[in-house]
Amino acid sequence: MSTKNVTETTPAEPNRRDILYIATGAAATVAAGGMVWPLISQMNPDASALALASTEVDLAPIPLGQIVTVKWRGKPVFIRHRTADEIKAAQDTPLTELPDPEADSKRAQKPEWLVVIGVCTHLGCIPTGKSGEFDGWFCPCHGSTYDVSGRIRSGPAPTNLEVPKYAFLSDKKIKIG
Amino acid sequence: MLDGLLMFRDQDSSMKRRLFVSCLSGAALLMSFLAAPALAESGHHEKRPEAHEWSFAGALGRFDRAQLRRGFKVYKEVCSTCHSVKLLAFRNLSQPGGPEFSEKEVVELAASYKVRDGPNDSGEYFERPARPSDRVPPPFANEQAARAAMSGAYPPDMSVLVKARGYGRGFPTFLFDAIPGFSYQEHGVDYVASLLKGYSEPPHDMKIPDGQYYNAYMAGNRIGMPPPLSDGAVTYDDGAPQTVDQYARDVTAFMMWVAEPHLEARKRIGLGVISFLIVFAGLLYFTKRKIWSNVAH
Amino acid sequence: MDGHSQYTPKSGFARWLERRLPIVSFMYDSFVAYPTPKNLNYMWTFGAILSFMLVAQIVTGIVLAMHYTGETTLAFNSVESIMRDVNWGWALRYAHANGASMFFLAVYIHMARGMYYGSYKEPREVLWILGVVIFMVMIATGFLGYVLPWGQMSFWAATVITNLFSAFPVVGGPIREWLIGGYSVDNPTLNRFFALHYLLPFIIVAVVALHVWALHVTGQNNPTGVEVKDVKKETVPFTPFATMKDGFAIGVFLVIYAWMTFFVPNYLGHPDNYIEANPLVTPPHIVPEWYFLPFYAILRAIPNKLLGVIAMFLSILIMAALPWLDKSPVKSGSYRPLFRKFYWVFIAVSIALGYLGAQPAEGVYLWLARIASLYYFLHFVVILPLLTKYEKPEPVPESIDASVAAGSVTHA
Repeated sequence: MSTKNVTETTPAEPNRRDILYIATGAAATVAAGGMVWPLISQMNPDASALALASTEVDLAPIPLGQIVTVKWRGKPVFIRHRTADEIKAAQDTPLTELPDPEADSKRAQKPEWLVVIGVCTHLGCIPTGKSGEFDGWFCPCHGSTYDVSGRIRSGPAPTNLEVPKYAFLSDKKIKIG
Repeated sequence: MLDGLLMFRDQDSSMKRRLFVSCLSGAALLMSFLAAPALAESGHHEKRPEAHEWSFAGALGRFDRAQLRRGFKVYKEVCSTCHSVKLLAFRNLSQPGGPEFSEKEVVELAASYKVRDGPNDSGEYFERPARPSDRVPPPFANEQAARAAMSGAYPPDMSVLVKARGYGRGFPTFLFDAIPGFSYQEHGVDYVASLLKGYSEPPHDMKIPDGQYYNAYMAGNRIGMPPPLSDGAVTYDDGAPQTVDQYARDVTAFMMWVAEPHLEARKRIGLGVISFLIVFAGLLYFTKRKIWSNVAH
Repeated sequence: MDGHSQYTPKSGFARWLERRLPIVSFMYDSFVAYPTPKNLNYMWTFGAILSFMLVAQIVTGIVLAMHYTGETTLAFNSVESIMRDVNWGWALRYAHANGASMFFLAVYIHMARGMYYGSYKEPREVLWILGVVIFMVMIATGFLGYVLPWGQMSFWAATVITNLFSAFPVVGGPIREWLIGGYSVDNPTLNRFFALHYLLPFIIVAVVALHVWALHVTGQNNPTGVEVKDVKKETVPFTPFATMKDGFAIGVFLVIYAWMTFFVPNYLGHPDNYIEANPLVTPPHIVPEWYFLPFYAILRAIPNKLLGVIAMFLSILIMAALPWLDKSPVKSGSYRPLFRKFYWVFIAVSIALGYLGAQPAEGVYLWLARIASLYYFLHFVVILPLLTKYEKPEPVPESIDASVAAGSVTHA
């Protein structure tokens, strides 16, 4: 029953031994991959973190002219109930004056509500509200100034404050994420 | 592993095998002799939990979605007045491998519960409707509150309760419980389901103190939990019988899922892993044989 | 020992590296050219299986530590969140918990093989003692790990085992308080047990390196117990011969390991460990994990606390003395008819001790445990020395080759 090794007469054509070795090697690769994948995947956000991926905010208690900060995915989100003057200032700013030109109407779904992620696009500090030259936000770390639309006006930050994905569930209720 | 031990190979292997087998059977005899007094000695008269048919038992086991939904209903309407399920989040109820309620149903269900949140901007804790990401709120704030309300008894949390219960199967049965084809892992669920159905009048020579009840399966036969189920207590809308037996099996199946929410995935993936490993081991064997084919050994 | 082939660096970089750090040739000599006796049976694959398990436990353990919280109010729930929320968490945790059992199963077979074939004898005494050291660190690691889920068995195991140290007069009490960082097992205990459970496996890796080094100095024993006389004829290079054989054995072992992990993951656990630790309620029966049961039985068999503790430690330590207790010139049990009988009785007694360790320490169990414990020690200190003196061994083959030639005749 023992088989003598076939001598390699035709190396171009894989013989039975080669096929066996290739199959075993391939299976070993699959085994290694199968064992490694859970070890990598476990570092992804877990189910409880994913469950908090979206949050609902009731806008009714926010008075006109105020900014509230809510936490979403571990980051602050600024919700600003803008006054008519602020809306006008934001909308009338010529795009040519902006380092990162973007119309206010593109940033606020409803003009009276501005929703932005409160993380400075420079190096991740949290800007303070209603301060700075444009009465928007001012980042204490390196002096970036944002306007009432959360757009960068001066300082080292390269882009406007990010607008998260959100939707109005009703007139006074939004869902972020 | 017996095969592994029998792999000694030399001139007198048959002799060794005989000796080994006789040793093993000697040990087995000794142990079965030992097991007999153990059963007699145990003092109490707990009945052995009866074996139930569970859809999730065995290598191909899967939960019965309808049963899990019914079980949740029994939990919600009966058990939850005293027992918490702290580890269960509402979102779990819609995840694959469970009762698989729709996300909309779960949002509505969660909203019907109140959870404590806070502090708010004025520093106060407040109640708000639950969201799917919240855990199911417990009936009592803490163990002391439960004991105070339950005249000293503490209804245990049900999250992993069926894995925290079991019963000794004795020698040699317990050895077979691990073996493919014979494997039995349903000690906890059989015990809990039996216990839920195990209330009756105590034997006349047994005194049951006030606030306790006779249960054939409980350790010591005395239990603080009043009989929780009665025929017709929970209305099923899927036509399943509304009997204590059915309720007990449904809620126990639900508890199994809460204790082991990834059971289905585990068994499904396990089957794939083992099938692959058997093929892989076979390939390794033939490769090894090929390599050794020219060496006398 | 001379290898079968020699590493010759081919590329320029390999030559450059070889002159500065000859790590490639070192690996080549140790794991490719290293000569292994060609008559090894499958009992010799457990070294490779154990290496695999050590790596598997370290890798799954590191990953679990990323999600585990070593704090008494959070530990139990953090394990449960691994089981519920972490991606693949249930698989990793069950693999780690059952991995400990598979590790001990393999180490017991490895030790039993060494005892049967006399692998502890001259010139492998240091190799054997290093093995006993590894086993002891494994016991410590297993115990510490069992405490981490902070269930009832975790808590009470920690309480009972640390109480063992209080058996020693005068210093016992202070030693125990130092070990657990308080007057009873609590948060400081859990936190340090976590730290040590993470540390000890790396100590095992270090001692395993010494163990393998010692092995490669003396070469492997083999079923005949006759040393290799002709390296060229009686040995085969480690790769591919031993590697493939070990690979196959690991494959078979993995099937069993996967079965335990995926289908009966709680079989070897205790239900009480799914109840969160409660310092005010002791479970009716406290039992350790199965792999500690024989030693636990010895501990309980002796009515005096201090003597019980000493006997338990001695039952492990005495294995280190094996090379001097059994001085029979014949290594392999295959040529020692009397030794062979006593060997299997010893194995049966050890298994019986394991069974008795799981039973309540009362009545007939207690007496049987006493008899079995006594026999356990008698085997080492009386039976083995007497066998050395009075046993008449059967004729030993002249060489490995001679045995293989004779064997192939009977097999044909």
